[in-house]
Amino acid sequence: MFRPKTRYVALPSPRAGVGEEIDRLICPKCDTSLEPARLTAALGVCYRCGYHFRLRAPERIAMLVEPGSFHEEDQAITATDVLGFTDSQPYAKRIEQSRATTGANEAVTWGEAMLAGHRLVLVALDFAFMGGSMGAATGEKITNAIERAMQGRLPLLIISASGGARMQEGMLSLMQLAKTSAALGRLAAAGVPYISLLTDPTMGGVTASFASLGDVIVAEPGAMIGFAGARVIQQATYETLPDGFQTAEFLLAHGMIDLVVPRAELPAVLRQLLDLYAPNGAGPELQLQRPIQTAAPAPAATR
Amino acid sequence: MSDNGTVAAATWEQVELARHPDRPYALDYVHAIFNNFLELHGDRVFGDDHAIIGGPASLDSKTIMVIAQQKGRTTSERAMRNFGMANPEGYRKALRLVRQAERFKFPIVAFVDTSGAFPGAGAEERGIAWAIAENLVALSAARIPILTLVIGEGGSGGALGIGVGDRLLMMEHSIYSVAMPEACASILWRDIARKVEAAEALKLTAADLKRLGLADEIIPEPPGGAHNDYGLAADAAAAALRRHLKNLESIDTDRLVEERYQRYRRIGATA
Repeated sequence: MFRPKTRYVALPSPRAGVGEEIDRLICPKCDTSLEPARLTAALGVCYRCGYHFRLRAPERIAMLVEPGSFHEEDQAITATDVLGFTDSQPYAKRIEQSRATTGANEAVTWGEAMLAGHRLVLVALDFAFMGGSMGAATGEKITNAIERAMQGRLPLLIISASGGARMQEGMLSLMQLAKTSAALGRLAAAGVPYISLLTDPTMGGVTASFASLGDVIVAEPGAMIGFAGARVIQQATYETLPDGFQTAEFLLAHGMIDLVVPRAELPAVLRQLLDLYAPNGAGPELQLQRPIQTAAPAPAATR
Repeated sequence: MSDNGTVAAATWEQVELARHPDRPYALDYVHAIFNNFLELHGDRVFGDDHAIIGGPASLDSKTIMVIAQQKGRTTSERAMRNFGMANPEGYRKALRLVRQAERFKFPIVAFVDTSGAFPGAGAEERGIAWAIAENLVALSAARIPILTLVIGEGGSGGALGIGVGDRLLMMEHSIYSVAMPEACASILWRDIARKVEAAEALKLTAADLKRLGLADEIIPEPPGGAHNDYGLAADAAAAALRRHLKNLESIDTDRLVEERYQRYRRIGATA
């Protein structure tokens, strides 16, 4: 039997490949066939078993912020193929394809927005864009967002969904771990709160940098979160991995994250966090023990 | 095609040299370059990781904090060192030493030599990613000079976890990569046999990193590689470390930390 031609519906795709054509969704957890309209109404959460489907960055943002309050920045920044990398196809072509299928120029979208009456800097990674992988442009946008939060003393929310560093950019990609982490170190020293929301999946270099550096770390139920993938671990160690290994609940039990919050409750929990950590914006300028020197006329200031 | 094949083969030769079983490991350099190295143990949380070692040592009667990834040479030592793949405890011990170095104003010299952090269930349970990320923050803001020297393999976040600093030096036949070629081939081609192509595509040799502006200096090795003459390799490394330390120590601390921030800030900047 061949599969009938299906039509594309702009809905969160299940864990299957990005851009897969679907007209009826099967919950990968409970096998229920789901109606797109009902699934959308349920915020992309299976209304039978609570399985959280992956969301695209624009859906994420729309779900959380006050309507019309999101002002996207750095929209034009796009990946470049510095190394001339080719695997089964050229990286330049992969970028082009991802841009075409997602309508975005990079795997991350950021801007200022209002959430529950708080102005904040919101960053959302998109797994549909090359697995949410972090290349140089991704890291640049995230760092710009962190620096904006610091300059504006605005609380920062980063929603992660990523396979990790982007292989096709080699060491330029790895160095983004250091770049984003260094910027978050400065944000923390300045006393501006950072909430990290981990969604399915958050792995590799993204977990080993900005995703795990939140003052508060929240995860969606069932999200896979870790450094090395389960397959890699099994190949390297022949270990039998425990049930629920690397799920949000597993990490909560091991003390790695603060909260596991179902998608429908995220707005309320984020409101509570913002009310507590940023009662008046991010608070007055703190008297720093060591004044942080900003580079003379750095391009960052005009960006 | 044959040109690409030749280039790929040359790159693979570098990978094999970087992993040569007789290549000097961190302790070989440490004992040759420093006096009085005192290895400290434990992360004060859970255990002692033998894949990352460290402690104070003397260089020209000044104290330096050494942090290093150590591989084993014999079968039992390889097992004890976990093949140079650190668990969270290794990174947390390194963090402890970074804090101590800051307190006593000891410059840090970090020797990088790992195929990556350990991919194990225990490492995940104890937050390997969290440990690495904390180190990235601590190293990027530490108010002391930090020199990083890649002596063999620099593998991914596991290498970077002790590898953020003011200068990146690489031994001539060392490599540094976002992922080891085997892992990259497995991810992108779903075929580990494509590792030679992956190695070439990743641009991971010392010369590649120098061209990309990521490595500051390539330290020449004796003919054929460092394994042919440990003494010559260590002398070359010592000379470079002395020169860079002298330079870094002349820089005002605020400026040093700001320049380190900008060093990483610039990588991939679009503005």
